[in-house]
Amino acid sequence: MSQNLFNKVWDLHSVGTLPSGQTQLFIGQHLIHEVTSPQAFEMLRERKLSVLHPDRTIATVDHIIPTQDQARPFQDLLAEEMMSAIEKNCREFGITLLDLADHRQGIVHVVGPELGITQPGMTLACGDSHTSTHGAFGSIAFGIGTSQVAYVLSTQTLAMQRPKVRRVEVNGELGPGVFAKDVTLYIIQQLGVQGGVGFAYEYAGDVFDRMTMEERMTVCNMAIEGGARCGYVNPDETTVEYLRGRPMAPQGDDFDKAAAWWLSLASDSDAEFDDVVKFDAADIEPTVTWGITPAQSLGVSQAIPSVSSFPESEHFLIGEALEYMGLTEGQPIEGTKIDVAFVGSCTNSRISDLQEAAAIARGNQVAEGVKALVVPGSQQVARKAQEEGLDKIFREAGFQWRAAGCSMCLAMNPDKLQGAEVCASSSNRNFKGRQGSPTGRTLLMSPAMVAAAAINGVVTDVRKMAEPAAV
Amino acid sequence: MQKIEEITGSGIPLLLDDIDTDRIIPARYLRCVTFDGIGEHAFEDDRKQDPSHPFDNPAYQNASVLVARRNFGCGSSREHAPQSLMRWGIKVVVAESFAEIFFGNCTSLGIPAVCASPDDLAKLCSAIEADPTLDITVDLEGLTVKFGEASCPCTIPDSARNSLLSGQWDFLSQLLEDKDGIAATAAKLPYLSGSWS
Repeated sequence: MSQNLFNKVWDLHSVGTLPSGQTQLFIGQHLIHEVTSPQAFEMLRERKLSVLHPDRTIATVDHIIPTQDQARPFQDLLAEEMMSAIEKNCREFGITLLDLADHRQGIVHVVGPELGITQPGMTLACGDSHTSTHGAFGSIAFGIGTSQVAYVLSTQTLAMQRPKVRRVEVNGELGPGVFAKDVTLYIIQQLGVQGGVGFAYEYAGDVFDRMTMEERMTVCNMAIEGGARCGYVNPDETTVEYLRGRPMAPQGDDFDKAAAWWLSLASDSDAEFDDVVKFDAADIEPTVTWGITPAQSLGVSQAIPSVSSFPESEHFLIGEALEYMGLTEGQPIEGTKIDVAFVGSCTNSRISDLQEAAAIARGNQVAEGVKALVVPGSQQVARKAQEEGLDKIFREAGFQWRAAGCSMCLAMNPDKLQGAEVCASSSNRNFKGRQGSPTGRTLLMSPAMVAAAAINGVVTDVRKMAEPAAV
Repeated sequence: MQKIEEITGSGIPLLLDDIDTDRIIPARYLRCVTFDGIGEHAFEDDRKQDPSHPFDNPAYQNASVLVARRNFGCGSSREHAPQSLMRWGIKVVVAESFAEIFFGNCTSLGIPAVCASPDDLAKLCSAIEADPTLDITVDLEGLTVKFGEASCPCTIPDSARNSLLSGQWDFLSQLLEDKDGIAATAAKLPYLSGSWS
């Protein structure tokens, strides 16, 4: 019987049906971090439970850590308390922790893939909504709440409702200066922030076939912003080659056997889906958000839409968004002044993201009055970037080069916007107050677009900037 | 665990779309190792910017029925969001629609999250604004929301409804039961058994 990947992997991991009608789903790989785990471990202690499969959970620290002064104890005593909690919990329950002293530490959705922990055919859960990132490998990967973290720790399972599956195809060829980030923002704008509720997304088509793993991760990362619980890309040779040699992936003969199994998981050619939508790559421009939800975006050559162009039920929300952002209907988005530029986050902080930003930054200078920072996604990414001299390129251009962590994506660490600052950001959310100031404003875009904005001091069409010739 | 068949309390209206988890509980309050005290910080930044915010209105201080609109709870998977609402005093949420992870978190905490139509939500809010002490009953058995003389239908996915009605909304005891089933499933997974068929 033909099946799509989602159904193959779901069926493989189904333990049974619970009285409520939900599936008891085995979770093959569990990732935890310091923010959503403390209360979960307390739940285990209260109920005198142990961790069922300690080797199936791996921990890292990313959200609350500083990216500058990382000396312990942290200046932020609450952050220090959370660090101590995860250290103690992992020690007591026998879980591997990639803490700051471990050279593999970094943002959870960067380290899982780069260490070969994330593999096709797994179900993967983490107390973080951007867990959908790992779906890039052809896994079912989704975010969970703290109570659910306790369920996975103690039973290695969750109670889950089986979603429908929508195939989202993007065909054709992306133009120059158009990146994976633009693809994911475009899809969300087209389908809406709630379009994916009740669905898992299979991302397919020419554009995805051609994408690297890092690009696939960027798209899957933001599946949740479009309401989809998870998103995935079918495993192929690109997936296999990425995983070859990674420390926690199968090795030697086992690798070849695993690769054959991984490829067999891809959706059958005549697999059925609950819905199919198709997009044309030619319609996608470098994209910038103008509002306070990730769906409120437009192509960089376009003008801010008018309130009246939206359905009447949206008028209040759109007006509120424009007022908050300090933008006007009909105004071109290009030329919008920025105060801060941030390259980082689990969406866009991998080596290829840094390379794309560096290609724009090289030989240029950050505009006067703009604070620009680059935060690699992991210590491993940072080392690779340093080997390639990217850190030097950024510093010479006037960007700050930081240590790995979630940083300015989400205001849980010292990296925050101040007052009504406008930030060109390669992160994933532009909600009010997201980046640390209740009045701060976020413009989401690709790393190359962030670098272009940093240099010009305003939102810039990166296609108009010449890349310096390689030396 | 307690069976949840109906909840009665006064209401608090928050008729806005796309209220995300960063607004429900600002990220700086996620720097904690317990959920104690998190109720005070619900909507803190929205409240600072809007002195007339419902959560600061004395008329609504004892409310336990939160009324919202579309895509309530979008954004993060942080359980801190429903925890802060629960610890503020909310026992049930009636909205046009919910973000999925938020909905799942509410159910795990025994907070029914039910849906009603925009028109009915508007009527419900008008009723609350006219009389903040009005008792509202969300009936999970009959799938209705009663407010004064009026009532409207509401919906909730069957699995969540069953969990709440049967008192099995704390999934942990159910999940712990089938130890053999869990082991059997694990044994079939090539990446765990090491036998790649």
